[in-house]
Order: sequence, then structure tokens, then C-alpha cells
Amino acid sequence: MTVTEAPVATRSSTPSVRRGRGTFRSRVLVPYAMLAPGIILFVAFMAAPIFYTLFLSFQKTKVSGLGLGSGARSTVFAGIDNYVTTLTNTEFGASVGRVLVYGFILIPLMLGLALLFALLLDSRRTRAAGFSRTAIFLPYAVPAVISSLLWGFLYLPAVSPFYFVFDKLGWDVPSLLSSGGVTFAIANIALWGGVGFNMIVMYTSLKSVPSDIYEAAKLDGASEIQIALRIKIPIIAPAIVMTALFSMVATLQVFAEPTTLRPLTNSLSTSWSPLMLVYRDAFTRDDIYSAAATSIVIALVTFAFSFLFLRVVQKRAFGQED
Amino acid sequence: MRTSIRVGAVAMATAATLLMSGCSANTGGGSDGPVELNYWAWAPNLEEVVDIWNAENPDIQVTVQKQDGGDPAITKLLTAIKAGSGAPDLIQAEYQKIPTLVSSDALADLTEYGAGDIEDSFADGVWDSVTLGSDAIYAVPQDSGPMMFFYRADILEQLGLAVPTTWDEYAEVARAVHASDPAKYLGTFSSNDAGWFTGMAQQAGASWWGIDGDAWSVDIAETPTETVAGYWGGLVEEGVIDNKPMYTPEWNAGLNNGEQVGWLSAVWAPGVLGGNAADTAGLWKAAPMPQWDVDAPATGNWGGSSTAVTTQSEHPEAATKFATWLNTDAEAVQALVTTAGIYPADAAQAKAALTAPPEFFSNQPDFYDVAAEVADTVSPFTYGPNVNVAYSAYNDEFAKAADAKTQSAFLDAVAAMQKITTADMKKSGFTVE
Repeated sequence: MTVTEAPVATRSSTPSVRRGRGTFRSRVLVPYAMLAPGIILFVAFMAAPIFYTLFLSFQKTKVSGLGLGSGARSTVFAGIDNYVTTLTNTEFGASVGRVLVYGFILIPLMLGLALLFALLLDSRRTRAAGFSRTAIFLPYAVPAVISSLLWGFLYLPAVSPFYFVFDKLGWDVPSLLSSGGVTFAIANIALWGGVGFNMIVMYTSLKSVPSDIYEAAKLDGASEIQIALRIKIPIIAPAIVMTALFSMVATLQVFAEPTTLRPLTNSLSTSWSPLMLVYRDAFTRDDIYSAAATSIVIALVTFAFSFLFLRVVQKRAFGQED
Repeated sequence: MRTSIRVGAVAMATAATLLMSGCSANTGGGSDGPVELNYWAWAPNLEEVVDIWNAENPDIQVTVQKQDGGDPAITKLLTAIKAGSGAPDLIQAEYQKIPTLVSSDALADLTEYGAGDIEDSFADGVWDSVTLGSDAIYAVPQDSGPMMFFYRADILEQLGLAVPTTWDEYAEVARAVHASDPAKYLGTFSSNDAGWFTGMAQQAGASWWGIDGDAWSVDIAETPTETVAGYWGGLVEEGVIDNKPMYTPEWNAGLNNGEQVGWLSAVWAPGVLGGNAADTAGLWKAAPMPQWDVDAPATGNWGGSSTAVTTQSEHPEAATKFATWLNTDAEAVQALVTTAGIYPADAAQAKAALTAPPEFFSNQPDFYDVAAEVADTVSPFTYGPNVNVAYSAYNDEFAKAADAKTQSAFLDAVAAMQKITTADMKKSGFTVE
């Protein structure tokens, strides 16, 4: 087995191109000029909003008396009030708990299926691989709001063709939109849309493996399944870790699916997921300040999760590179 | 997964910001030209009504700037008020938004421009909504949504059931309808429509907010609302009333295929029924709401809006003149009815303008007579400065209750609404009793 040597891009040695002794202009100004668009876009659309959110999160509205007429409302410094409110808000804790359960259902299923499909497509005996790949990928091209509407119709027993068939067969299938099933209902939509994307990432990673490794394994008498389990999966481990990380971040940020399904059922509250809570506070309850604090907390938690996850798996997934 | 959602959201937010600043209206004309007024509204075809005014009043020219709807227009207005410029002269504001707008100093007091003269044109309940029970007048009422009971006349007749006139009778009819066919319901309790429940609490005599001197009171968890919640909780627990939200594909299908036999709605219901249950044209009839006390008939409002003048307007007097004309002039009201399809708040003008029943109710020639009779009995109701919070609390708490299907859960939901609404006001610094 030649795994350790293999394909994962070996660290490139410093290019041996001789450094020109350019002027100040070419050595300093040109690189910065080239970086400028990136820096400007980052500052304008990433850094500035983050700092503004941080600024908002330390403020609050203060009303005096009845709060009617001019001068009744002012904005004052709130200290850490908004953060205290967020962290002691049981709704926030409950929403985090719900998305964790949702993630535990969704991520293993989604990545498992994506890996399975990627391996099947990569297998030599597969026919019509191009068509299958497109077919599996296609749901990713459907926007989450649209797919949630589509699935919403399929979940509602009165208008769903599935329930029509269940009914004809005499089966009594409970509605997925009931309080016990709604997490699965949402996970299913995300699964439908997400498998294709993750499959493509893994498949692309598989395609970059030189085929002589497989030839060698074949000569050693390895079966397709052995090749998959003992060569392919270890080689694409970094891709799997990356998709897992993306999926975790997306899980914590789930918003479009539950928001679109909410009007159809009693079992989704306006604070079902952390981002729905932020949206409700900012735009329904008109309290942009505590929404800003909650956003900051969510961002920090997401960072912490991602970092922790990478620390834990890095050794195992990328260990061979060190 | 969907990292693109984030990118999309950022793009949307950016676009919204650009739109907001782009839409900023510039107020007023020069000193010699005609007065120019901008009017943010979303009622359909309203510009055709405004054209009549513009033709007759060369000195005061009004331009309608179409809005997406009640909520986005108000959000935009509040942004413009905070920014100090960019607000229109006039805005179409739903009644429940007025306290929020007044609290943000967005609406001008029209008392000094003579708006008090038209008080008698409107029912007391409606007038209360634009004065907030004070001496100020913050808007001119435009349309109202007195609640009525809509039912499938053919199905009730077939089952030999009389139209319920009291809530006890309504419960009996609900039981009989459901017993005749387990798929059929006389109605549904919808946790999605806070305005609907508010209207029913209003009918029972609730007024969720009140002003007492310098302090607000929050009176959600009081007898009237508890009675209404307990009543519906009982019916849902019994299983004779559906617990699924309104305005879902499932509910639409139920209206169309006869599984939903009735709908407690408002005077604008024919439009919704025509769109969602086209197959049932001519089968529905409208009646006054079932009553708690037959000797004192009452109803609530679901929907309705007003025309308000903003504090950034440089011509509040001209704007008031226009708003008054739009909502009380015979020709204007007639045009509002025929082109914008609204139910005017001005009772006398409404009666004159609404002669033929809506097309969907052509089987009931006296449709608007019933409506006028009902509109006269709208109970007074005071909205508070955080209706948005109370409404979102309704959505969450009553969703839980409707899911639990127990009467006690419905009563708990009322208590939770009271708690959330009061806590929000106290947190903002309002003086709350």
C-alpha cells in the first residue's frame, strides 16, 4: 500500500525563481494594488457589518413614560445586558438544542449517502455515471425556499400524493409535520438538497487519485469493496472532513427550510432555530439590539464548534501529511 | 450544504438597503409650483382613485408610491424616521401599527388641521384606533374588516342545521357537522393568524392595552380573552374544531371540497374564498358573528387600515385635506370600492357605494346590508405600542396549545402572551401598571 506517499498534494517547495530586485513600486505597491479589491470587499461587506453588529449589540432602546410623541424613544448604552438576555433566554437554549438534534440526524445521513454515491459513481462497473451524477446533484440547484415549498405540499396529508397512496393502501401514516416528526421533515429537505453537493466534492476528490494505485491494489488481490474501504476513503478523508465542517456550520445556520414550513404547521415556533430567533427579534419584535447580541453569540459558538471539530479530527485526517 | 443561502441573504440585505435609500422620496415642491405629496400605499389600483383628486386639485398633486404590503412599508418608514429624511407625506397604515408609529414619532397629529370634523363618519371602535383614546388624531380611517361568520348554506341545510347566532349554538353546530362526517369541520383554530384571534377577543369585550394617565396597562390575561381561549380550547380538545392553521394548501383544499364548512372571517372574505374555493361560488352565505350576549350584539375587526400623515411632511395641512377627501368624499369612496375593492370605514358612504353583493356571494343580495349592520357593532379596542410582540407571542404560544389540544394549554397560552408582552414593554422602559 502506498497511501502515505500518495497523491494529496505534497507540500510544494519554495519556487526557485530568482526574486527580482524591483523598485519600491513593483515590490510593494503592485502586490497591494492587486490585493486591494479583495481587501476593500472584505472590509466593506464583512468587517464593517461585523463591527456594526458588535456596536449595536451593546445598545438598547429606552422609552420614557407612555412612549408616545416626539422624543419618547432614545438609544442608550446597554453594557452587556443584551448578552445576558441572550444567554439566559430559554428559547435560545432550546433552539440550539433543536438544531443539534437536527444536525445529529442530518449530517451522518447526508455525508454517508454522499460518500456512498461518490464511491458508486467512481466504481469501474458503474454505467450511466454522467447521468446519475447530474441527477444526484440537481436538487442542490433548487433554492431551499422552493424545495421547502415543494416538500411542504408533499407533507400535508390533504394535498400529498404520498398520503393519497397510503390512504388507498389503508395505512395510517402520521403527518411528518406533527411535533414528533417535524425535525425529520426539515432534515429530509436538507438531505435532499445537500447530498448532491457533498457527493460532488467527494467525487472530485476521488477523481484526482492516480489510477495506478488501484492497479497495484488489484494486483495484490484487493476487491472493489476493499479498495473503497482501505484506499479510497482514507485518501479522501480531508474532503470528508471539509464537507463535515461545512455541514455543521450550515446546520447551526438552518433558516430557510423551517421558516418556509412554519405557516403550514403548529409544531414550528418562530424561534425554532437560532437564526429564526434572531430574525424574529430583529424584524418582528423590532429589537435589533438583542438580535445583534444573539448573532454575535451564534457566530462565536459556530467558530468554537468548527475549531474544536478541526482540532479533534485534524490529527486523524491530515496526520499523514505531517 | 447551502452555503449559498448565506451569500443570498447578504445580497438580499444589500439590495434591500440600496432599495431603501433609492426609494427615499423627496418631499414638497417649490414655493410657486403646486404642492407635491408622496403617498406610500399598497391597496390595489389606488393610483386610479388618486388620479381623480389630481384632476380636481391642480394645487395639490399626490403621487402614489406602490409598497409591497403593510409590514415592509412600516419597516421602511421607521428607517426613514430614524434617518431623519426620506419619509413620504402620507402612508397607508394598518390600525394595529399606529401605536408603534406614534411611539417612534412617525405620525403627525391631525387635530389642528381639522381632522376632528369627520369623527362622526366613523364607528367609535374605528375612531378609537386612530386616536389611541387620546385627544390627538393620528390618521384618517380608510377601510375596516368587521368580522362575520361565513358558512356553506347548502351543507348546513342538508344536515338540517340552523345558522348559529350564539357561541353555544356554534359549538352545537360544530359537533353536529363533525359527527356527520369526521373529515368535516365548522371551522379551524389557527395559531398563525393573531389578527383573527384579536378580533374575536375584541368581540368578547377585550381591549389588550390601555392608557391610564402616564402608564400603560396590558390586559390580555383578563376574562374576555380567557373566555374566548377557553371556548376554543374546549372545542379543539373535544376534536370538533380543526386545529390546523389557515392559509395553507390543505386549508384551501378544505374550503374548496367542503371539509371546511364555515369560516369566521371579515367582510373581505369573498375575495379570499373566490380565489381559494372557486368551485363553491354561490354556496356560501354571510351572517353576523355568533354572540356571547344576544342582547348586546358585538363584533371585532380583522384587518383594515388608515391614511396617516408623517412627521416629515412639509405640507401636513394639504396632506390632511387629501386624506379626508380620500376616505369620506362620496366620489372617492365609490372609487375605492370599485377599483381598490376595499370595505370603507366611513359607514354612510360605504352604504351608498356598496349596492350589489360581491360576485362570489351573488346568491345573497343583502350581503352588504348584513355587513353594514355588523360594522356598526364593532367593539372598541386599544392597540398598544408592541402589538408586534404580542402577535408573535400569539403565534408561538397558541401553536403549542393547538398542538397540545387541551383547554388548559389554551389558557396557559393567554397567560404567556400577557407575560411576554408586559416583559417586553418593561424592558424598553415603558411605564406599565
